[in-house]
Amino acid sequence: MTSGTERTPLDEVEQKLIDVATQALERARDSGASMADVSVSQGQGLSVSVREGDLETIEHHRNKGMEIRVFIEGCSGNTSSSDFTEKEIQASVQSACNIARYTEKDEYSGLAEPEFMATEFPDLDLHHPWNMTLDDSIEVARRCEHAALEFDKRITNTEGGTLNCFDGISVYANSHGFCGVTKSSRHGIGCSVISGTGDEMQRDYWYDSRRVPDELIEPEAVGRTAAERTVNRIGARKLPTGEYPVVFEAPVAQTLTSHLISAIQGAGLFKKSSFLHDRLGQRIFPGFMHIQEHPHLPRGAGSASYDGEGVATNSNIIIDEGVLTSFVLDSYTARKLGKNTTGNAGGVHNLTVRSTVDYGLEGLLKTMNRGILVTELSGFGINMVTGDYSRGAFGYWVENGQVQHPVKEFTIASNLNDIFMGIQAIGNDMLENRNIRTGSVLLNKITAAGM
Amino acid sequence: MSDAMQSATKRLLAPGGLDERSVLATLSTIMGPGIDFADLYFQYTRQESWVMDEGVVKSGDFSIEQGVGVRANSGPKTGFAYSDEIELSALTQAGKVARAIAGSGSSECAIRVQGRNAGITPLYQPDDPISSLKDDEKVSLIKDVEAAARKMDPAITQVTVSLSGSHDVVLIVSSDGSIATDIRPLVRMNVSVIAERAGRRERGSYGGGGRFGYEYFLENGRAVDYARDAVRQALINLECREAPAGEMTVVLGSGWPGILLHEAIGHGLEGDFNRKKTSAYSGRIGEKVASDLCTVVDDGTIADRRGSLSVDDEGIPTQNTVLIENGVLKGYMQDRLNARLMKMQPTGNGRRESFSHLPMPRMTNTYMLSGKHDPEEILASVDKGVYAVNFNGGQVDITSGQFVFSASEAYMIENGRKTYPVKGMTLIGNGPDVLTRVSMLGNDMALDTGVGVCGKDGQSVPVGVGQPTMRIDGLTVGGASV
Repeated sequence: MTSGTERTPLDEVEQKLIDVATQALERARDSGASMADVSVSQGQGLSVSVREGDLETIEHHRNKGMEIRVFIEGCSGNTSSSDFTEKEIQASVQSACNIARYTEKDEYSGLAEPEFMATEFPDLDLHHPWNMTLDDSIEVARRCEHAALEFDKRITNTEGGTLNCFDGISVYANSHGFCGVTKSSRHGIGCSVISGTGDEMQRDYWYDSRRVPDELIEPEAVGRTAAERTVNRIGARKLPTGEYPVVFEAPVAQTLTSHLISAIQGAGLFKKSSFLHDRLGQRIFPGFMHIQEHPHLPRGAGSASYDGEGVATNSNIIIDEGVLTSFVLDSYTARKLGKNTTGNAGGVHNLTVRSTVDYGLEGLLKTMNRGILVTELSGFGINMVTGDYSRGAFGYWVENGQVQHPVKEFTIASNLNDIFMGIQAIGNDMLENRNIRTGSVLLNKITAAGM
Repeated sequence: MSDAMQSATKRLLAPGGLDERSVLATLSTIMGPGIDFADLYFQYTRQESWVMDEGVVKSGDFSIEQGVGVRANSGPKTGFAYSDEIELSALTQAGKVARAIAGSGSSECAIRVQGRNAGITPLYQPDDPISSLKDDEKVSLIKDVEAAARKMDPAITQVTVSLSGSHDVVLIVSSDGSIATDIRPLVRMNVSVIAERAGRRERGSYGGGGRFGYEYFLENGRAVDYARDAVRQALINLECREAPAGEMTVVLGSGWPGILLHEAIGHGLEGDFNRKKTSAYSGRIGEKVASDLCTVVDDGTIADRRGSLSVDDEGIPTQNTVLIENGVLKGYMQDRLNARLMKMQPTGNGRRESFSHLPMPRMTNTYMLSGKHDPEEILASVDKGVYAVNFNGGQVDITSGQFVFSASEAYMIENGRKTYPVKGMTLIGNGPDVLTRVSMLGNDMALDTGVGVCGKDGQSVPVGVGQPTMRIDGLTVGGASV
């Protein structure tokens, strides 16, 4: 079997996308737009899954899209389409202008200011297509699942092994004359298996995702980790309701940082509907906490030299000695607040929580001595207006610094202000290949509800 | 040909120079040794949304998407490719890639049309909701609602109103010779507010929608009622105290709290998980999984509902499927693939987010039938517990059965009376266990107002839920107060 998708040479695609973007901007200018911008992208991917050793699905992906924003005297309209013909570009621009006729003047709307446009485009080494035959792709997924099934007799069922690869080009251009081109790729190997039977079934998974195929963890290692995590969940008990110290394992610890970012970006700030809207310059974490962006890491999950508005990205320090030193702003929110954009249209770039101790999860459990290790969170119980926090969890009961047994069906609740201030330590077990990079987190106390 | 068939063919096939015959010919090249089933899913979608924020209609979005998805099944295997160009060479190429699932070789067996829209009763009007109101009428509707919300209470400091609509045309051509079309309107409105008093801020949110035009929001002052409910919720939340933590009696209100059924029961009864025996409900048909009071159905056939479909995304008419009857597990929700592999009948639950996604068994409108109690009697029966009436959303691990759903409006019940409001909190339990604890059901079954979105494997589809007021004897409540 061969993969069967024929690739258009990259340079040709790049030139075509630039032409589409240029055309769209010209049409917008002709239609009376005082400002406009356009994002155009094209990419292709393959997803393969194998279950019980047999091929289950092959999905070929081809993504293509164009988004146009026009500004006419402070009124704006947006359109998107996947058709790059001249006729459709013209039609898209027209309907964007049409919408702008019905939206109202907003003096803060518009592109980012021209002086903030990126002018340097370092090679961030983000584009590494995986040129592999379909048979080889299937074999990788098969090896991953096989290792999981062989790991332990208590693995009773499987949801399979998967392999995903994707690479593409995106172009962002605006009427300031900015035109940026980004080529990037993303590949992943994953596995999900089940232990136990009947009422005692438990499922867990593991996944590795990288820009560069060679940097991926061996498929067998991914499978074994998935299996080990699943077997560890056997025999879960309920937890007595109470207040406990807690360690968030690194993969779930990053959700706490995500909540911080949600609270310090966007409309919640100028509408005063975020619980952190008035806390700039104040201490919201213990003094040892430091959180910073590193947008130019070679091959980084969140690396970029410009943001979604063409603005140069920065190594912004968000938290310094526990103090909230910067919001996370695009140009609109910045203008609303009377500040400058921080180059974060579209989000943060390789946000890194500095570790505070020279040990990882095991050391944190020893420091905690007695409490809960949380390895999974679920549900949507976070109120960004008040910071109130209540989520479902799965984890492990820890005593004398050692995991005793798994615990299930409990919630953890607190307020994000108290959670942030209650952090005792950040481990050095950081997951490097994520956009939010943090080690495991030890927290002084949280309310857990169980039986 | 019917009108719907004609307009779908005209919209989807004609522009790329295709017709029924050329499409069937392409499909026949995919069939052959090793291929059990194949289908082509043509789709054209227009969407728009308008948002009013800080007293200004700040933004409007419009998008058009179209394309064709090509799928081939060989035993449990699936090959899938898609193209956003609906013309012969793209279709042929996608077909070649999809059929590679069964190895090389093809024997072109001709496919004869067995039925066009056979057995399909349209459940909604085929009109394009985007043109159901003029753009300036949409804008003034939003503005009126916003102004009304601001006037409702001096504590209201922020109001956001959004209005969105989509017009979705699909044509499904299957290797069994069935051809089906559907023209699906969908509209949605939402009002969300922030209230502020004495330095304390809280939010409230309410909305609705369904498969019709925007004029629905103008009828009976419906849009202003959404604003009233959002404001009411925000004001109540300004008064709320810490929620309790631990296991206790919980009373759920009617309507949207039916999200409990969607998470705790629904996902676990989808065919794919049961074929693979990864669901906590695997192999349990005929067993008692709920108290005698409980009868739960998934019904895709209710006219105009957000979760309804005249035909599913595999060309099978939707139906009313009994999942649990008087506490006994009766059946699963199936798509074609899993029904075939389990030797069962498809139930019209094969759904996909778009042409670029594979179909899977998904819910439509999932709800529990009414019981016999007056809702007041149910509250009066509880000495101490929580009464939860509005929710943000939920999630489930179908293998362990552990589910959560998060309340956004809840009250304490003390000595049979609703006393004070408590902060939003997560409720957690186990699917196969929770319905065995249902001890009273109200006579007030209601469906939600048309707001549900269900996510599975990264695909979102609109759904509905519903239930009567329900007493559960023991569910873990995730407040912060021990």
